[in-house]
Amino acid sequence: MREIEASRITEAVERLCIEANEHLPEDVKCAIRTCREKEDWGIGRDVLDQIIENFEIADEQCVPICQDTGMACVFLEIGQDVHITGGDLTEAVNEGVRRGYEKGYLRKSVVKDPIRRGNTGDNTPAMLYTEIVPGEQIKITVGPKGFGSENMSAIRMFKPSAGLQGIKDFIIETVETAGPNPCPPMVVGVGIGGTFDKAALLAKKALMRPIDSENPDPFYADLEKEMLEKINKLGIGPQGFGGKTTAIGLNIETLPTHIAGMPCAININCHVTRHKTEVI
Amino acid sequence: MERHITLPLTEELARTLHAGDTVYLTGTIYTSRDAGHKRMCETLERGDPLPFDPKDATIYYVGPTPAKPGQVIGSAGPTTSGRMDAYAPTMMSVGARGMIGKGARLPEVVEAMKKYSGVYFGAIGGAGALLAKCIKKAEIVDYEDLGAEALRRLYVEEMPLVVIIDCQGNNLYEQGRKAYLEQTEGRGEV
Repeated sequence: MREIEASRITEAVERLCIEANEHLPEDVKCAIRTCREKEDWGIGRDVLDQIIENFEIADEQCVPICQDTGMACVFLEIGQDVHITGGDLTEAVNEGVRRGYEKGYLRKSVVKDPIRRGNTGDNTPAMLYTEIVPGEQIKITVGPKGFGSENMSAIRMFKPSAGLQGIKDFIIETVETAGPNPCPPMVVGVGIGGTFDKAALLAKKALMRPIDSENPDPFYADLEKEMLEKINKLGIGPQGFGGKTTAIGLNIETLPTHIAGMPCAININCHVTRHKTEVI
Repeated sequence: MERHITLPLTEELARTLHAGDTVYLTGTIYTSRDAGHKRMCETLERGDPLPFDPKDATIYYVGPTPAKPGQVIGSAGPTTSGRMDAYAPTMMSVGARGMIGKGARLPEVVEAMKKYSGVYFGAIGGAGALLAKCIKKAEIVDYEDLGAEALRRLYVEEMPLVVIIDCQGNNLYEQGRKAYLEQTEGRGEV
């Protein structure tokens, strides 16, 4: 049994909120630069140049890449041999978000009630996901999620007879409907299987995976490649002004599911696909 | 076509702008998004005046991050304009002509743009750090309680924009994509 002070979790979350918002992951930067080289539409190239200049400014001057510094999605993988001491875990995470968003001059974008609204003023609560895993460490991932793209996400409960084609059509339909709204080029997270709620979580987790990685199952790795290619033939292009680069990455995560169903969730992200991880 | 324009956005100036034009904008603009627009339209419904003169004004749909010490403003890229569609025709009816945002607009907004000679400009979504560089002055005009959504007056210099929808209703989202696809079809790629 290893003891970890709750305050260490707070400190890590604080750091990760700031760093994730200022510094784009290398895999995302690399994908944007590669797409810039391949983009053959003038205005699309201009847009990608400005997107590259933007993340370079954010990197150098330590300012937020995007003004939508998102809802703080926090994933904790907690080793089963860890004992958290000195406070409430959820509160420790929220305190980290509170401090990070204040200290990092990040935007407070959370309202306390979905219908009655009213800003909470400190970007809490975090959207917290915990998972118990073997070991005696805690792995913390903070993925600030902007809502221009979140709003273009979709979930559908398919009949199994819809098959692979049903999933493919749904991915294209969702990207098509999103069009220019989620600040393309986008990153597409696809969750297939599980239950209604698990499919959505898988889609979110797919966005946390590096975009230069592939699904370990060759069937899904091929599907990732095929769908990314198909999306990039739609012509939506950077910012929707036309062009080859509509998406810079597409990741699929799956789970077993029920004999009667085939849930599929698609979580759309923008080119500012941010996440940062730390292990305590 | 590349244009360098200075505000206010008069009807005469608006009519010279066309979908697809790259525009570098200089002058005074106002910021507002969801909660601010709701409040402004409620104000107009009551018959009260807006906190600023809307005639020939340009509104930037943005909720910036807080300014760090020494900064004029924090990161300040556009938010999705479609959420302001419910309010945009009302704003145009009292004289506001320019809109800066990103994403699709409803047909009723485009109709209002044709009627009032409105122009919809796109700024690059997700380029908040870059766009902040063009903002030379920022002050809160009203609705301070809305935080990031407060009504601000900005002075911008050479702000890089693209005309997405012009006052004739031409739409870059439709035209740009169509032209790109026609070109790739011509090369036998699709």
